[in-house]
Formats: sequence, C-alpha cells, structure tokens
Amino acid sequence: MSQAAQQARHIPSGEEIIRCTGVNKWYGEFHVLKNIELSVQKGERIVVCGPSGSGKSTMIRCLNRLEEHQKGTIVVDGIELTNNLKNIELVRREVGMVFQHFNLFPHLTVLENCTLAPIWVRKKPKAEAEEMAMRYLKRVRIAEQANKYPGQLSGGQQQRVAIARSLCMNPKVMLFDEPTSALDPEMVKEVLDVMIGLAEDGMTMLCVTHEMGFAKSVADRVIFMDRGEIVEQDTPDSFFTNPKSERTRLFLSQILNH
Amino acid sequence: MTDNVQSVGLPDERPPANTVGPIAWLRNNLFNTWYNAILTVLVLALLGSAIPPFVDWLFINAHGLDASSAVCRKDNSGACWGFIGEKLRFILFGTFPYEQQWRPLLTIVIFITLLVASCDRRFWKPWLGLVWIAGFLSVAVLMWGGVLGLTPVENTLWGGLPLTLILSVIGLAVAFPAAILLALGRRSNMPAVKVLCVTYIELIRGVPLISLLFMASVMLPLFLPNGVSIDKLLRAQIAFIMFAAAYMAEAIRGGLQAIPKGQYEAADGLGLSYWQKMLKIILPQALAIAIPPLVNTFISFFKDTSLVIIIGLYDLLGAGKAALSDPSWRGFYREAYLFVGVIYWIFCFSMSKYSQKLERDLNRSHRR
Repeated sequence: MSQAAQQARHIPSGEEIIRCTGVNKWYGEFHVLKNIELSVQKGERIVVCGPSGSGKSTMIRCLNRLEEHQKGTIVVDGIELTNNLKNIELVRREVGMVFQHFNLFPHLTVLENCTLAPIWVRKKPKAEAEEMAMRYLKRVRIAEQANKYPGQLSGGQQQRVAIARSLCMNPKVMLFDEPTSALDPEMVKEVLDVMIGLAEDGMTMLCVTHEMGFAKSVADRVIFMDRGEIVEQDTPDSFFTNPKSERTRLFLSQILNH
Repeated sequence: MTDNVQSVGLPDERPPANTVGPIAWLRNNLFNTWYNAILTVLVLALLGSAIPPFVDWLFINAHGLDASSAVCRKDNSGACWGFIGEKLRFILFGTFPYEQQWRPLLTIVIFITLLVASCDRRFWKPWLGLVWIAGFLSVAVLMWGGVLGLTPVENTLWGGLPLTLILSVIGLAVAFPAAILLALGRRSNMPAVKVLCVTYIELIRGVPLISLLFMASVMLPLFLPNGVSIDKLLRAQIAFIMFAAAYMAEAIRGGLQAIPKGQYEAADGLGLSYWQKMLKIILPQALAIAIPPLVNTFISFFKDTSLVIIIGLYDLLGAGKAALSDPSWRGFYREAYLFVGVIYWIFCFSMSKYSQKLERDLNRSHRR
C-alpha cells in the first residue's frame, strides 16, 4: 500500500485498462453518445463532468454494460463487451460501481451486503469474505455498524458502505456515478474523503461528479462532456485555468460562479 | 449531555387528565360526534339483543356430545352437540375404513406439524424442503397403504380434513415455486418465455375454478387414449395447482415490480448471475412485499378446495354435508356447518395472524 501511496501523483503506468473506440448509443431516436473515444490507463484518476443530460452517466454505465452501446467497441481489461453474458459477468467482477442512490440491499446487513458478491461470485469461503469485508469497512470508517441494516444508516454512511461493498470484489477499476449528489451537504465530505483515500492508494477511478474541488485535488485528467460527446479532456490545471472550448468555458462559469 | 440539556430546559409535565385514560378513549373513539354516538348506541343495542340468545343456544340450552337425536328433537331450544359427538370421525375422516382412521389422524398431525415448524424463520434452510418431501411421502404411505403392512385404501374412500389438507397444502406447496417461475418468466427478456407465461396466466385466470375442475374430471378423460386413466383426485389436485400458480404468479409479479431498478443494477454491477441476483437480492424483497396478496390467495384456496364436492370428492365441507344425510340426524345443519366453519376459520385465521407477524418481523429488519 505504501508503494501505491508513493505513486499518488504518478506517471500513468502506460498499461491500458479501458479502451472505447467510436462508441455510439441511442435511446430510440435520441443520440446519447456520439463517437466516444476514451483510453484509460491503470492507476489513472479521471473526473467526468458536464451539464445534466450530456451523457456522462450513460458513458460510464456502458463501461460495465449496465447500458448497452449500439456502435463501436469497448474493451475492459482485455475483454470486449458484447452480448456474450459470460464476458459481461467477467468484466463486472473487475469493475466496481458506486451509484448516486447507493443501492444497498435493504434486506441484508451491512456486512452481508459486503460479503454477498465475494461469496457467490468469487466463491470465497464465508470467513475469509467476512474478514476482508471488515477490513474494507474499517477503511471507510464504518466497521462498528457492520451488523446494522442499511435503513438504519445515514446517507453518507450508506454511500461509504456502498464503496466498501465494491472494494470487497477487489476491482481493477472503480466507477462512481455522481456519488455525492444525493447526499445532504454535511455528508458530502465524509464520502469524498474516502474517495480521496482510494485515489491516493492508486485505484483506477472514473468519477462522474460536480465536485470540482475533488477534481482539482486528485484527478489526473478531467473530461468534459456535452450533448453526448467528449468536448475536451485535459489535466485539471489547464482544464480549470485555460479551457480550450467555448462550451467548457460556459459550463465552468456556470458551476464555479454561483 | 442529554441530562445537561434537560436540567436547563423546561420540566416535563403530565398531559391534561381529560386527554388520557379510558374516559378519554371512549370520548375520542365512540362518542366524538353526535352521529357516532348514535351509531355506538345502536350497535350496542343490536349486540345486546343478538348475543344472549346465541349464547343460550350455543351453551346454556345445548345438549352435550352424548345426546341422542331423539332427545334433541324433543327439546330443540339449544344446539345438539350429540350430532358432532356421533359424526365427528365421519366429518374429519370421511369414508376412510373405521378401524384404520388413525392413519388420516396421523396425516393431519404431520401436516400441522410441518406447517407450524415452517413458521419459524430459523428453520428456513434448504433441508426444510427435504423435510417437506419426507412429510409428503409419509402422508402418501399412510393414506394409500399397501406397504409396511398397511391395508391398501382406495383414494375414493379418502375424505374430510385430510383431503382438504392434501389438496390445499400440497397444491400450494407445488404451486408456489411454479408461480415464482411464471412471475419471473412474465418479466423475462426472452420473448418466447414471456409470451408463454403471459398466455398461461391470462388463460387460467380467465376461467372459473369450477369449470377447470369440471374440465379436469369430465373432459380430460375424453382426450386420453382408451385404457389410460388418471386418478380423479390427482386430476383435481393438478387443476388446483394450475389455478393457484396463475393467481400467485400475479401476486409475486406485483412484488417484483415494487423493487427499484437500482437493486437490479447493483446486483448486476457486482457480477452476480441472473439466478444469483434473483435468489439472493430480488426475490427475498419481492416476496416480503407480496405477503399480503399471497396470503390472501392461500386463504382463498384453502377454502376453495371445498369446490371438489362437485366432482364427487368429499373434503371437510363435503363430509359435513354427507353426515347430514343420515336419516336419524337430518336437519341438524346448523351444528354441522358451525363445526366445519370453525375448523376452516381456525386454519385461515392462523394463516392471517402468522402473515401479520411475518410482515412485522421482515419489516423490522429491512426497511427504514
């Protein structure tokens, strides 16, 4: 872990883990994703931003095929996402996802939420899965709630459990779909702190968020999307100080000067 | 910390005396408006005039279990429980050979034990299914006989409560998993599966149960080749299963539809397979939501088994009716139907009470 921490401001490993080529998607007649070209390297931390309806959530949901793309190729960890169910399941094991509304399983305790997939998908023995779950729950600082049900926790606590649940699968990539948008303001920080910790440990992350502070402090790259296309991608420094496109400038002025 | 806050705040006071206690309850619930007060008085008067005569008939003037019909006919101001005393075994066990009636009795005991044991959530383990299968097998051996030195008994002689329990418990136990598959099939992405399930459900639901029973008993044999015959009881059992499955599938589908999309996505996102997702995430929640409509179906099917009388099977109600055809006891229908009704009511009310408890237990753990 210390080695990973040293890589905090790392030079990307050069090893590609996600590659999207000419990805297009339509909802009926509506063209949501237009020719998405995206390459993500191991250890990269990417923040995706853009106005609502710009397709940013749809794009990251395509990466573990919660949404299906209709044209182009998406290759994750060497596996192309097609209709092949086995491949989809293989990719999903390696790609963790954190949702805006947490989506914890309300009929299972916090601990059971975390051990379910390792036991049934990774076929881990129960004791081992529980030990690992407790380790990750400690890491998101919620271990003392392990035997409670999600309904008994606050939003921030639930989102931290959701992060731990994903981590228990030891994913190679973590996708965050607006993880703080449904939280009360005072709970945003506790979730962001956990995410910053993950980023510092070298986790490959794609994060759809409006938290520009988070983007500035941990992202290697910021992607700006508008109307289904990637308009601009750059390091946070030049993205925020020197945006190239007019659309980016307009978006930044709207979210930064309110 | 809380102590601190309280010591500086205002002290707690008792609520005003006229808002708590029995007097306040009466005023709030029975006499809160003038029309409610009138209704209360009317209902009390009605109960007052109906209950004492009924109690007189039921207990005070009633003849005991050993009373003969002659005694009862002479003084008919009270119930004649002698009818039940004499016909009890016929109503409970039908025409099962008299000296062998310990076998249906044991069947009833096995069923009730299985049902009561299954109410305990600690027993909800895979082995419970095996226990049930073993229970069904021992019921079959007990009722049919022919092995282990038991005299064979034709199932045309079965009747009474064991028949009601066999039809309803076995029927619902088989129909329940079938209903889950139908409900999942109806929501499936595969068009063929979906069309098949929708067609089945809509077809069966659109037909009265009686007509399905008639078809099973009268029409089905016409379609079978000569010499092949399916047992009448089995045909009725199959008709029940088909009917119950279609109804329960719709109750379960209601539960499935109440599960938010996010639950499916979270399960998918973790890499769970379709069946893992359904068995571990979706169905436990959907079935908990579907408890009220499911229990509704259970209760109505338990009572609907009495319809088999139209195809010549004598279940609990049928045996009660048949007991009245004894010339010396003709006319004691109040006692017969009251007795049978009470048995039905005990079963149905227990189901209802248990389902309420289950709902409370599940809600306590899951929902906010």
